[in-house]
Amino acid sequence: MSDEAILVEGLEKSYGSVRALCGVDFSARTGSVLGLLGPNGAGKTTAVRILATLLKPDGGIARVAGFDVVRDAAALRAKIGLAGQYAAVDENLTGLENLEMVGRLYHMPRVAARDRANELLDRFELTEAAKRPVKTYSGGMRRRLDLAAALVFRPPVLFLDEPTAGLDPRSRLGLWATIEARVAAGTTVLLTTQYLDEADRLADRIVVIDHGTAIAEGTSDELKDRVGGERLEVHLERAEDAERAISVLAEMSEEQPSVEDHTVRAPLRGRPGVIAQAVRRLDDAGVGIDDIAVRRPTLDDVFISLTGRAAEEEPPTEMPEPVEEARA
Amino acid sequence: MSSLAMSVSDTLVLAKRALIRIPRQPDLLVAYTVQPVMFVLLFVYVFGGAINSGPFDYVDFLMPGIILQSIAFGGFVTAIGLSEDVKKGLIDRFRSLPMSRAAVLAGRTFSDILLNCLSLVVLFAVGFAAGFGFIDSDAGQVALGIVLLLVVGYAFSWIFALVGLFSSSPETANSIGFTLLFPLTFASSVFVPASTMPDGLRQFAEANPFTTWADALRSLWIGTPPHTDVWMSFIWCFVLLAIFAPLAVERYRRVAAK
Repeated sequence: MSDEAILVEGLEKSYGSVRALCGVDFSARTGSVLGLLGPNGAGKTTAVRILATLLKPDGGIARVAGFDVVRDAAALRAKIGLAGQYAAVDENLTGLENLEMVGRLYHMPRVAARDRANELLDRFELTEAAKRPVKTYSGGMRRRLDLAAALVFRPPVLFLDEPTAGLDPRSRLGLWATIEARVAAGTTVLLTTQYLDEADRLADRIVVIDHGTAIAEGTSDELKDRVGGERLEVHLERAEDAERAISVLAEMSEEQPSVEDHTVRAPLRGRPGVIAQAVRRLDDAGVGIDDIAVRRPTLDDVFISLTGRAAEEEPPTEMPEPVEEARA
Repeated sequence: MSSLAMSVSDTLVLAKRALIRIPRQPDLLVAYTVQPVMFVLLFVYVFGGAINSGPFDYVDFLMPGIILQSIAFGGFVTAIGLSEDVKKGLIDRFRSLPMSRAAVLAGRTFSDILLNCLSLVVLFAVGFAAGFGFIDSDAGQVALGIVLLLVVGYAFSWIFALVGLFSSSPETANSIGFTLLFPLTFASSVFVPASTMPDGLRQFAEANPFTTWADALRSLWIGTPPHTDVWMSFIWCFVLLAIFAPLAVERYRRVAAK
């Protein structure tokens, strides 16, 4: 296997006149986590479906674990695990029966499939529910079982399509820990998500997808640096103080501070004492401060800056303004 | 593992899956047993007195037809089940596994054969209780009739598989199946002799494979002269299988979660 467990070049896919993917490129090194980040309808799920051999691309190259997703589809299926947006488990079977069935469909011998199923149920804390039909499970339990089903054959490459959508915070943390453990064991993971904290926590590299193209790629830190480094945020007691606050902070900043409602933002490195200095100067100028903090950009800022809208909104029907050029 | 052994193993794993669900879905079990019983009772006792079935008691004329209709409809479990699998994303999981492409469908249709055997037991029990009896029929003819029914049921399971894969929900799968099948079964000799129908409809009924199957069963079980050869009824089944099984497998390869 080459260094790149996932390699995608110029991938294209249309549904009728709708172009879901218009020449996407990305790659993931063996043993790393690649996060595909984008709003609903950006093309993330289409990309995963192509990589998991469920959908044929119209153009471009996609190789997973060294296999071409079209020509070597049959051989590739033994190397991948897929956990989807929907918990794809059989509601009328028990947890144990579901995992045993998947093991048997990977052609594991009967005893090995049962042992592996019990091992996974134990690891995912589902042993007590093992002999109950899945329709009695909670949403979190179903997701855990779905992920367990994707891990039955210890696949070297794992596709997780929005694995924590709709989960409560505790279940999300648990699922994240499990994914991290798989990566530590050498698994390559492709993760799609619209949750920025999820990409921040799990992904080594992030590709931001919008309207079927990759619009940015890098580590979480690299992407945040594109939006600008740290900045000082001052929440004012009175909006009419904004002019004075800007002139005070402009002396400390290399760029012109911006104002929005009661908040003034000044791009500023977090030097020691920067807050104390700002408080002193603003106080001298008679500006009332409600709150003051040095803030690092979040992936939310990155997303809004790149796409012109928040990640969890529905996509607008028209193309958004290309905001990133204004920032560059 | 050879690819044939792999296909057989995958099919059996999925047939087992389809069967162990049945007792856990009591509504399906009811559809399989109570519904056919209701049909027998309705036709024998409500319509029976008003239908001219020639020299035969109506119950003797009716039972081969009504058993045929129940078995043909039996595959609806496959349509509903497949449609659910598509909707819930299970088909995606199966298609991402290194397993035989036909196994999901073959497993379901195979489990339908066993369910149809269960239906046959129930239907014969009700039939005998309502007064049905074989006339001029030996054990071989009775058995050949049962084999014919199971083959018809198997062919319809593949038709229902295709319906299930095309439907957007289990509810539509159910209603599409019934909308297609009801006119076909009624415009045939399943419930009444085709000779009593007006021109036009009668010719349609005579060309309808349900007439061929019903008449073949009657010739085997109550000694009527067959409308065509019994073998013709098997040929109909193989023609349907040859058309619908490849169509269903092809559809399965492309189907996407909704």
